[in-house]
Amino acid sequence: MKVLAALSGGVDSAVAAARAVDAGHDVTAVHLALSRNPQSHRTGARGCCTIEDSNDAFRAADMLGAPFYVWDLSAEFQEKVIEDFISEYSAGRTPNPCLRCNESIKFEAVLERAMALGFDAVVTGHYAQIVHGPHGAELHRAIDPEKDQSYVLGVLTAEQISHSMFPLGNSTKTEVRAEADRRGILVAQKPDSHDICFIPDGDTAGWLARQIETVPGDVIDAQTGSKVGTHQGAQAFTVGQRRGLGLGNPLGDGQRRYVVDVDVKQNLVMIGPPTLLEIDIIEAVKPRWSGPLPTNGQAVHVQIRAHGEALPATVEVTDDVVTVTLTESIRGVAAGQAAVLYDGTRVIGSATISRSRRSASL
Amino acid sequence: MTELLASPGNPSSLHSSGRRARRHVEESREKVARALGARPAEVVFTAGGTEANNIAIKGIAWDQRDKDAKRTRIIASNVEHHAILDPIEWLVESDGFSITWVEVTSTGLVTPEALRSALGDDPSDVAVVSIMMANNEVGTINDIAALTAITAEYGICFHTDAVQVPAWQEVNFAELGVCAMTVSAHKVGGPHGVGALVISRSCTVTPLIHGGGQERDVRSGTLDTAGIVGFATALEVGSDRRAETAARVKALRDDLITRVRTVIPDAVLNGSLDSRLVNNAHFTFPGCLGDSLLMLLDAQGVECSVGSACNAGVPQPSHVLLAMGSDADSARCTLRFSLGHNSTQADVDALIAVLPEAVERAKRAGVPRTPAAERVNA
Repeated sequence: MKVLAALSGGVDSAVAAARAVDAGHDVTAVHLALSRNPQSHRTGARGCCTIEDSNDAFRAADMLGAPFYVWDLSAEFQEKVIEDFISEYSAGRTPNPCLRCNESIKFEAVLERAMALGFDAVVTGHYAQIVHGPHGAELHRAIDPEKDQSYVLGVLTAEQISHSMFPLGNSTKTEVRAEADRRGILVAQKPDSHDICFIPDGDTAGWLARQIETVPGDVIDAQTGSKVGTHQGAQAFTVGQRRGLGLGNPLGDGQRRYVVDVDVKQNLVMIGPPTLLEIDIIEAVKPRWSGPLPTNGQAVHVQIRAHGEALPATVEVTDDVVTVTLTESIRGVAAGQAAVLYDGTRVIGSATISRSRRSASL
Repeated sequence: MTELLASPGNPSSLHSSGRRARRHVEESREKVARALGARPAEVVFTAGGTEANNIAIKGIAWDQRDKDAKRTRIIASNVEHHAILDPIEWLVESDGFSITWVEVTSTGLVTPEALRSALGDDPSDVAVVSIMMANNEVGTINDIAALTAITAEYGICFHTDAVQVPAWQEVNFAELGVCAMTVSAHKVGGPHGVGALVISRSCTVTPLIHGGGQERDVRSGTLDTAGIVGFATALEVGSDRRAETAARVKALRDDLITRVRTVIPDAVLNGSLDSRLVNNAHFTFPGCLGDSLLMLLDAQGVECSVGSACNAGVPQPSHVLLAMGSDADSARCTLRFSLGHNSTQADVDALIAVLPEAVERAKRAGVPRTPAAERVNA
């Protein structure tokens, strides 16, 4: 097949592309420029798309004998990932920008352009597996649970999955690094990137404070309704958060206080004891299905954080609203995060959490 | 040249190997001077066009300001190569100079009127004027003698970046009336990493690199004997064959333009029809990202260029096209086909054979939106 390998300049995408070459595919490499003003060097594990990364990608492509190009997707990235991130936080939700990037950039803008230019598939270094089942290409968890990225790929539609290749899904990170070393790929020991790439210093709250106009408001005790303190802007708070409230121990009962609700419209942060965070029903919207829709009442597992546990639940889908009822209650579910549904290792689909609540039985 | 790579002499040394190397350098200097209508003493060898441009812009600007503190204004066209634009921007940002850009016409030409308008009523504050002889992207050739006639009225130093020109037409330094002129070896078929700044005897420059005092103290540093000999030989041989080569390449280029317009009727030729480098064809292909076309044609063995790329390899809308009045989106839909002395009819035929399908595919892939910030700049 004629495939387009997205090379970040890191070890994973380089090995993924190398495996595609080994498998006999005709590989062309692209590096995605997501910023118009890239920094020269990456500092530690943070940030991405630096000139150094671009050069590393170029050298990896050279070693594979693959033609190499840089695609400028900075406008799309700015609009669909960074601005979405800001507007979601402004609305009091907690978005996952990596997932949005996969949805809008890597497997939409890039895949569409690749298909138009005559490629059959896009190859990336994501850790997930594609299995050809009765309903076509299925997305499954990677064998390395530490690295499994099926959660952030949950936004891929069946059509997108059928034009994707994830050659690393059957390997562990250790194996991939060793293979990179063996292949002479110079970035074999480069640190993994993590956190949010467009916030290179890792200070999300500080970055947001520069993007969003915030005004001080009240911190309210959710149980009594009385004011117990002030905050510098409700947008910076996430349900389940404990640190950064600056309240010490407001009620003197020795119980820790958590953010239990954020009301951006009224600029209020509600706090309460952990028991108030207990929920067992999650509602999520804007579903993206990786294959056939689940049947109503189907027993599934749901994952609500990138490296969270898969929780047993049942699911109902009505008019594009996905209602997940958890078998056991959990604490602190933030709106804006993705709920990804699994049938065993297979991804069923993903939806954005709009709200969570307690059932009458809880 | 390869023989000299193995020869140990440093042309600055006084022993016999050194003198031998020195002789090669000085013979080369004479050849370069002869080919460019200059005197040998006016040729300062550099490590390429970028260095020569930096010496010209910074060196002349500093020297002029040292002589007259009022001279802090630089004038240049807004379609110059980055090796001119960036030193100017650095002087403006970091060293107290100001810049007046000369606007070009829609074909990329600098007119005498535009230069007069940039000079203004009182040009006594101008340190240096730099206008390129031919544009590296769209190939438009300026009438430098007509422009230096204006600066001569005021006794202002005029520099021209002539890197693109000597391969295709005669360049006569003395007749141009410039103070300084940049040339580069690889643009005349010589090695990469060698060039020269031709500086008239009446013009002084403040050096950028200090050291052993080579090259009239303008450019210290051990000379690259082999590179310099390669440069001089290429220039000499090229000059001898220039008329014949240029006529042949022009015929091929004209054929290329005609046939591109036939197979892609909405293609727009950018730049000037008559005042143009004979090897240059530059088109806008509406709705096709130049970037996509480059990739598709590259896969078919046709090597062409988009405007320019930043140091991370990100293709940028060409500042030349923007200056010529193009909008940011169509400035990204351009492609340059440059012919060389060894281009053949078969090369043109091969391009015409694969271009229609590439254009069709590139159109399907679409043109991503230009970032808002760059629209404002446009």
